Amino acid sequence: MHERHRITDHFTELRIFYNRSIIAILLAFVLFSLLAYRLFYLQITNHEHFTTLSQNNRVSVQAIPPTRGIIYDRNGIILAENLPSYTLQVTPEQTTDIDQLIIQISELVEIRDIDIKKFKKEVRRKRRFEGIPLKFRLNDKEVAIISVNLHKLPGVKIQAELSRFYPFGTETSHVVGYVGRINEKELKTLSSTNYSGSTHTGKLGIERSYEEQLHGTVGFQKVETNVKSRVLRVLERENPIPGNDITLNLDIELQKLSTEAFAGKRGALVAIDPNTGHILSMLSMPNYNANLFVNGIDVKTYKALNTSWERPLFNRTVLGNYPPGSTIKPFMALAGLELNVIDQDHQIYCPGFYRLKGKAHKYRDWKKWGHGKTNINKSIVQSCDVFYYDLAFQLGIDRMHDFMTLFGFGEKSGIDILGERRGLMPSKKWKKEARNQVWYPGETVIAGIGQGYVLVTPLQLALATATLANGGIHYQPQLVKSIKTSATETIQIKPKIQRKVAINQNSNWQHVYQAMTDVIHSARGTARRLNKPELRYQIAGKTGTAQVFTVAQDAKYNEDELDERLKDHALFMAFAPVKHPRIAIAIVVENGGHGGAVAAPIAGQVIESYLSQFSDEELNSSPIKKPKVIKTNTEKETAIKAIEHVPEIRKTLQIKHREHEHG
Amino acid sequence: MASRAAQQGFFFRLHIDFSLLMGLIILIILGQVILYSASGENMALMQRQGIRLGIAFVVMITLAQISPDSIRRWSPIIFLAGLIMLIAVLLVGTKALGAQRWLNLGLFRFQPSEMMKLAVPMMLAWFLAREMIPPNKKRLLVAVIILMIPVLLIAKQPDLGTSLLVTSAGLFVIFMSGVSWKLILAFIIAGATFTIPMWFFLMRDYQRQRVLTMFNPESDPLGSGYHIIQSKIAIGSGGSFGKGWLNGTQSHLEFLPERHTDFIFSVFAEEFGFSGILVLLAIYLFIVLRGIYITTQAHGTFSRLLGASIVLTFLVYIFVNIGMVSGILPVVGVPLPLVSYGGTSIVTIMAGFGILMSIHTHRKMLAH
Repeated sequence: MHERHRITDHFTELRIFYNRSIIAILLAFVLFSLLAYRLFYLQITNHEHFTTLSQNNRVSVQAIPPTRGIIYDRNGIILAENLPSYTLQVTPEQTTDIDQLIIQISELVEIRDIDIKKFKKEVRRKRRFEGIPLKFRLNDKEVAIISVNLHKLPGVKIQAELSRFYPFGTETSHVVGYVGRINEKELKTLSSTNYSGSTHTGKLGIERSYEEQLHGTVGFQKVETNVKSRVLRVLERENPIPGNDITLNLDIELQKLSTEAFAGKRGALVAIDPNTGHILSMLSMPNYNANLFVNGIDVKTYKALNTSWERPLFNRTVLGNYPPGSTIKPFMALAGLELNVIDQDHQIYCPGFYRLKGKAHKYRDWKKWGHGKTNINKSIVQSCDVFYYDLAFQLGIDRMHDFMTLFGFGEKSGIDILGERRGLMPSKKWKKEARNQVWYPGETVIAGIGQGYVLVTPLQLALATATLANGGIHYQPQLVKSIKTSATETIQIKPKIQRKVAINQNSNWQHVYQAMTDVIHSARGTARRLNKPELRYQIAGKTGTAQVFTVAQDAKYNEDELDERLKDHALFMAFAPVKHPRIAIAIVVENGGHGGAVAAPIAGQVIESYLSQFSDEELNSSPIKKPKVIKTNTEKETAIKAIEHVPEIRKTLQIKHREHEHG
Repeated sequence: MASRAAQQGFFFRLHIDFSLLMGLIILIILGQVILYSASGENMALMQRQGIRLGIAFVVMITLAQISPDSIRRWSPIIFLAGLIMLIAVLLVGTKALGAQRWLNLGLFRFQPSEMMKLAVPMMLAWFLAREMIPPNKKRLLVAVIILMIPVLLIAKQPDLGTSLLVTSAGLFVIFMSGVSWKLILAFIIAGATFTIPMWFFLMRDYQRQRVLTMFNPESDPLGSGYHIIQSKIAIGSGGSFGKGWLNGTQSHLEFLPERHTDFIFSVFAEEFGFSGILVLLAIYLFIVLRGIYITTQAHGTFSRLLGASIVLTFLVYIFVNIGMVSGILPVVGVPLPLVSYGGTSIVTIMAGFGILMSIHTHRKMLAH
């Protein structure tokens, strides 16, 4: 019985087990089929998709930054170049304690706080396993110290790269400007592709306004990387296209000379070739060393520069608004003649003051006892104020405004660096619109001697002088002479005429030239000290003294009592040689006192230096160009239409550049 | 034919199943070949794995010599010892990688949870074979409790992979003992009714998120999803014939994580393609089927239940590992059996096959 049960039980158990075993076998087949199906789906059906992903995984594209274009002066002397420099880089992923490491490094070489701050900012931005610069421009000693201790500093490496350098960083700081590290704001506006490998961008001056030319086009290399983004090998490489080299019209020798002549003074100087509008020299003093800004200026130095009352960072040539003072007089005289308000024989009596009819207010002449009988020539040579009070009153402010605007007063010059002020040439309309006030005749009177509302930038004054010198051709001032777009092609920037001043009578201009020449070359001229017997040419010019401080009606201006900063600005404008003008110059010396004493000698030096390259024949043979008489307005308009604006030029150059790439 | 029979006889006398042995050897050779590539041609690592395989073979052959009857008698003692060690691990265990799994025994570290992969089915088979199968409800309840204690202890370490494998090993014993389908259904319904309210009422948002990410790793491509995405890329880019041995870019360029341990299958799939996969799956299937065949031939309920559990757990290993690296199962730490680098699992699996061989070769030739 028991045995039977056991046998029955045994068979029951076996049956149960076999049933379950069949299910187990089925389960095995089902699970294996499921796996096979899944793998078929991944490996056969979606093979291409995953192959692409796998390629993307291992191949990464790296940007190779282009070499920035070099900036030369007109004679091929380098003003901005790229020098190899050593940068200390840290790869955070390869370090354990980054703060400790920085302390360790700073025991070896000096690390500024600003460097650490910038480094930490960068850490958050960069890709993994990329070195982040901690200190730029290591000197040889620092390179040696770090190299010796490299084994103690995990994640630290010394990277050789190109860094921008300005050999004349101080002399050219306001013109060439500088590059600096790309900041967050710029990051948004700059092309993320083209700047993917770049660390710097132009911040100021030529470096900024010609950024697109100078930067170049980024190159790429496809590299095989591992999961840590370490490069294993280069698969493909497209070389970057270096930035275009730029040659300026600036003459660095002249620039150095002006800088020296300006030593210890504040102010600005602009020298222009009146035949082209080319800027020969452009100086704002005091200046600063542009190289300080390239790899991040430290806070203390920056603060010192930024808060100094002398404002070294302020580019006075285009941003400084100064009353032109007496330098406006030749233009006023020309306006009176050309508009037939006075004739060449016009003469007034100067008692030392001017009074509007029915008014008690006296407009004083700088010469207390007056100039007596004064004609146009004398009014310029001795800078009689009363003559111009009267003339201004006769012209009226609106006619003055319209005439002066032809010479570029009150309008932007269109120079090829960014950020210039337009100065101010007032009119009744302007006062109504800007201040909602009526114009008073007294304001016209003082505008006649370049005071009151009238403001000019040194660049405007130089440009107006050039326009006067060349017989009314108003050029757009140009810093850039040519752009080398490829190894074989250089684009010359053509002089751009903004407008031609319509000439009524040629002799009117000659009359003014003669008076300006007499300022230097006659016995009583205010700038007679420039007249040296050895001069191979004649200079035409006009001194100016612009009031900073308004003298009370009955008080006497006493130079010694005034605070240095309230002293008059000294101005001077000139061109030479008179027979064939090759240089037009404007100088402002802030609080310098009298134009003839302070500003004129600097101009004399610059003119002399610049003209020394020309032969006697070149200086004197060719007679002064007969200004062409333009009668109709239509011709003037076409001249204006012909103006090519800087941004447009840049655009066309850019297109050309792209065509090169594809071609 | 005659010589083969003689050969089989020779192995049989050594208590070794020739077919199973051949299947295992072919699998291990294939595993070593891919490990060489996956480890980045690391010979030191290969050597360590070789030593482990040697130990595993010795363990297998040794266990094959012990009769199933002795194994059965020792089962409760081994289970109890394992349980005590699991408790010891929780109290004095060594921590590594955020989990407390090891007992430091001076000379070497020991992972008691690994032992439980065999001790639990042994215990359950012992318990269920004491009386008639299928077990009644009371005995079933006891069996479930025997299973739950070690599983919970292991899950607490935490070791999701091992607790899953121990659970399935135990459940297979219960399943093979012929528990009625009604009860199985009831069990599933009970599980579901427990899970659903837990999901909606007991779990917090972040916990739910974690579970969701586990099932949908692509939603977290830089975190837990990274492994599985890279693994799928490796498998998918392998195509029909693979990128060739030692040429897998995903693995050799280090995109694939844990490529010589849990994710070694992806390396295999990348380098040998779908055709290589079919060969590997065929070998696995052969071993599984041979194992099931052995259990159907086995004598005694204990042997059958234990044998079937060992084979089916091996199947679970394969399915869970390949399933997780190919993205159809959540990632739990289950190695590819006998291929993945790593000591204890290889020894446990080979010990299981030793028991299978013992079951097969110790049959008394009386049943017909």
